[in-house]
Parts: sequence; C-alpha cells; structure tokens
Amino acid sequence: MSLTVDDVNKIAYLARLGIDAQDTESYAQDLSGMLDLVAQMSAVNTDDVTPMAHPLDQAQRLRPDQVIETNNREAFQAIAPQVEAGLYLVPKVIE
Amino acid sequence: MHTKTLAQIAQGLRAGDYSSQELTESYLARIKQHQDLNSFITVTEHQAIAAAKQADAMLAAGDAPFLTGVPMAHKDIFCTLGVKTSCGSKMLDNFISPYNATVVEKFNAAGAVSLGKLNMDEFAMGSSNETSFYGTVKNPWATHCVPGGSSGGSAAAVAARLIPGATGTDTGGSIRQPAALCGITGLKPTYGRVSRYGMIAYASSLDQGGPMAQTAEDTALMLQVMAGFDSQDSTSVDCAVPDYSADLNNSLTGLKIGLPKEFFDEALNSEMAASIDTAINEYRKMGAEIVEVSMPNLKLAIPSYYVIAPAECSANLSRLDGVRYGYRCENPTDLNDLYIRSRGEAFGTEVKRRILVGTYALSEGYYDAYYIKAQKIRRLISDDFKQALEQVDVIMGPVSPTPAFGIGEKTDDPIEMYLADIYTIAINLAGLPAMSVPAGFIDNKPVGLQIIGNYFDEAKLLNVAHQYQQVTDWHQQTPKGFE
Repeated sequence: MSLTVDDVNKIAYLARLGIDAQDTESYAQDLSGMLDLVAQMSAVNTDDVTPMAHPLDQAQRLRPDQVIETNNREAFQAIAPQVEAGLYLVPKVIE
Repeated sequence: MHTKTLAQIAQGLRAGDYSSQELTESYLARIKQHQDLNSFITVTEHQAIAAAKQADAMLAAGDAPFLTGVPMAHKDIFCTLGVKTSCGSKMLDNFISPYNATVVEKFNAAGAVSLGKLNMDEFAMGSSNETSFYGTVKNPWATHCVPGGSSGGSAAAVAARLIPGATGTDTGGSIRQPAALCGITGLKPTYGRVSRYGMIAYASSLDQGGPMAQTAEDTALMLQVMAGFDSQDSTSVDCAVPDYSADLNNSLTGLKIGLPKEFFDEALNSEMAASIDTAINEYRKMGAEIVEVSMPNLKLAIPSYYVIAPAECSANLSRLDGVRYGYRCENPTDLNDLYIRSRGEAFGTEVKRRILVGTYALSEGYYDAYYIKAQKIRRLISDDFKQALEQVDVIMGPVSPTPAFGIGEKTDDPIEMYLADIYTIAINLAGLPAMSVPAGFIDNKPVGLQIIGNYFDEAKLLNVAHQYQQVTDWHQQTPKGFE
C-alpha cells in the first residue's frame, strides 16, 4: 500500500491538521510503511471472529438521568484562548 | 535517605525518624541537583512543602493514612488542579488543569506529597521519550541512552532516586518498557482496574494507569491507592479491590510459569535471552514449574495495535482544536484555518503520523478493512492468552528485545521503533495485567523480566515479583553518580 502526497494532503485536511509542504513526502513514506506493516492482518481469515472493543467485553454503563455536576463555566473558561460573555470566541462562521 | 524504598520511607515517617518536610526538601534538592536528566516538566516546590507540613501535622495527630508524607510525582498525563498538565506537548504547554484526575485525588487522600509532573513522550506516543516537546529524558544508567517511553520521566526519576515512586500509564508498554530500561519495577494493571478519569486519553480501549517504584512491595502499596471502581470512567470495572500486600510472601512452590515460544525467537537479542533464562532459573530454584506455551497470533499484535491505537488517538485528539483550551494559532483567517494551524503548529511529528494513520483507517470505505479487522485480530490475540492462562499461573518473557538504545539512534525509522514493542503491546490488546521487574544488566544497562497474569490477578503478579526480589538484588542497584 503506497500513499501519495495528494493522499496525505487529503487525509490531513480530514483531520484538520496542518502539515508543512516540505514534510508531506516523508509523511507519505512513513504512512505507506505503517500501512504495509498493518497489511499483515489480511493474511488471517477472521470471518467468524467477533470484533473486540473492550478487553472484558463490558457494555457501556448507564446512569439515571440526573444532574450530578455543578456549573464550572468560569473555571473552564479561565483557560480558554478567547471568551466573551461566557462564550468561546472563534472567527466568524456565518457571514 | 533517598535510596530507601517507599515502604521504608512510610515506616520511617511513622517512627519519627524524619519529618515529611525534611524528606520533601531533601528530594527537591536532589531533583534540582540532577535536573540535567530532564525527568521533570514541572516541579511544584511550594505546593509540595505546604503538603509536607500538613502531612507532618497529620502524622503528629495520629490516624494518618499509610502514605501520609511520602514524596512522589505524577506523569504529566494526569490532570492536576491548578498545575500545568502538558502531556509532553506544545498543545497543552499553557494548560493549567481545572480539575484533578481520580488517581491524583486518591494519592492526595492517601496523604502522598506530589513533587511535580514528570516528562513523557508527547501524548504518550513513543517508546523513547524523544517525542516530548520538553526534550529527551536521559537514562541515569547511561546518559547517552533513552530511558524508554512513554513514561520515561517517571522511570528515570525513580531510577535516579529523585522520588521513591511515580505514576505512569501504559497503552502499548509505556510503564513496563521504561521500567525495564531504567531498572525499576513497574506494573500495568488489568484494563479497567485504575480509573482513566483525568488521565489524558491516547487510545481509550488500551490506556491504563499504574505504579512505578523500586520494588514490588512498593508497587503493591501504590496500586492499593490507585485501584478501584470510578463512576466517572465509563470503562472502569466494578470489582472488589483485594489487599495487594497480603500475598507477597506466599511460596512459589508449584507455581506454573508459561514461556511463549514466540517470545524467544530470533528477534530477541542473545544476551537478553540469556538474562531472561537466568531469571527463569531463579524461579525453578524456588520450586516453580516451567511450561512451554504458544501464542500463534502474537506476530499480529503490532499490526493490530497500529490500527487501533492511531484510530482511537485521531478521535481523542480531535478535541484539541484551539477553541476551548490549549494552543491557538495567531490571527486565524477563518474557523478551518484556526483548527488546521493550531493543530499543525502544536503537534509534533509522531503525533501527526498517528493522527493521519488513524484518520485514514477510520475514513469512509476503510473502516471495516482496518479498524474492524484489527479488533477481530485483537480477539484472536486475547484468546491465545486466555488459552495459555488456562494451563499456567503466569507467563514470563522479556519486556524489550534489547536494553536501552542511544538517544537519536532510532528516530529516523519510526517502524523500527514500533517493532521493539513486540513483547508489551499484545498484553494491552488482551487487557491483561503485567509487570516489569529488574533482572540483570547487559553492558551496565538494566534488563527487565516481564510477568503477565490473568485478569485482576495483580496480587499474584506482585507475589511472584516480590519473591524474586527476595533472592536477587537487581532492584536495589543504583546507577553510578546517583548513590
């Protein structure tokens, strides 16, 4: 499996991850190497195997739908890059 | 004072041989003296001395919890209220955590005094501590070598006797491999045994926190504090916590030890194989029975891991987007630019590699071929261990194919670095508990013996490790210059 520079750019956009243009080629090589390593899995027939998500096959726990936490907005927003009137600020999304 | 074990320190405090403040000041001075090891990212001197004074008052009043006044430190992956929690990344270099991880709360409640936050690979992705934004940690046994990773700061600090115990986390070997490379004792508990709440997630179905210290006895004391159900962690397992120190002195006569033949193949360095053999012989002398077992799917552990871990990492790290906390780029032109540049400027190369692979594996049309396939392989590997553990009490083998390697030696070839995790990764996939115990030296660099047990059988592992430490003194050796 070999990924091209275009593939890397496409994946990087999906991940919203900036990559320097001069590094794209080396990412393409590293990723192709990782996919070659991973390709060893295809040699094994796993048709009747159930995928394993939790080592102890535990299901997600449910809890009663009750308020259990207090509002910590001020503490959480104290470490935010930019807030105003209790809101997180980002560049304008809707014109 | 600094060569004492955590158990000895706790007893000394109780006996009044020294105060927690004296201890804390003495360890803080050692941390400063050996700061060129780069094992700490943050030293919380003032908080530590305040906590030590409080501990001394509690000790004087009597009825203090067992670890009261004992100095230790946390891997910088555990959120600590009011203290920088960087996870080894530029992304969180400005992150002052607004809450404590459950593990941190538990150590605080047990009276332990935290001296600060320990260096680590960025977001725990690495086996050498070389991916940290704060620079590589040096191995105290050979300062031109890596300490292992990702809990490299924890391992180096304990090995250099800068602290008697540290927390670590293990997703693919990140407690056991640095413990082995630095000659200390480390335990990765059963998945779900220790709360992951406030432990910054890398690969959520594999991550597990655990103790790192000089001895098995000390790791038992620390695990006692860490283990237990936590409603704040949706994958925490609700199962009783035994007394981990109760079985330490049990006899090993009749213990069945499984040796997977796949652990001793050509990939293993011959001197490493000889060291492990010598350790197994000690167990024979103690009355253990050695049985060969087989793990036919072991070779698929690395391929399976390098889908599951990056896939989960790409999902977990998507929350780091420059909006609510962490790094934000200068003058973003629009929201996409804010995301792309904040993440691009703040993540290091190894983290980016794994985000990219994970994003690819989870992208439309590839999910079944990669993630589901890897989860199926994961079950095959887990079944291999289940079958083996029906025949034996514990499984033993090496932790790492070689002792500590040189700083910079493997950074050009990420795949080669991944392959070195062959003996540890499978255990995370299966979710089993495992330990690394000091078992000798090759060219003055420590070797670790890995002991793997059944689900929730940590007490057995600790017993098996402790008995070995009664007949060997590898765990008592201190690196030159740190005596």
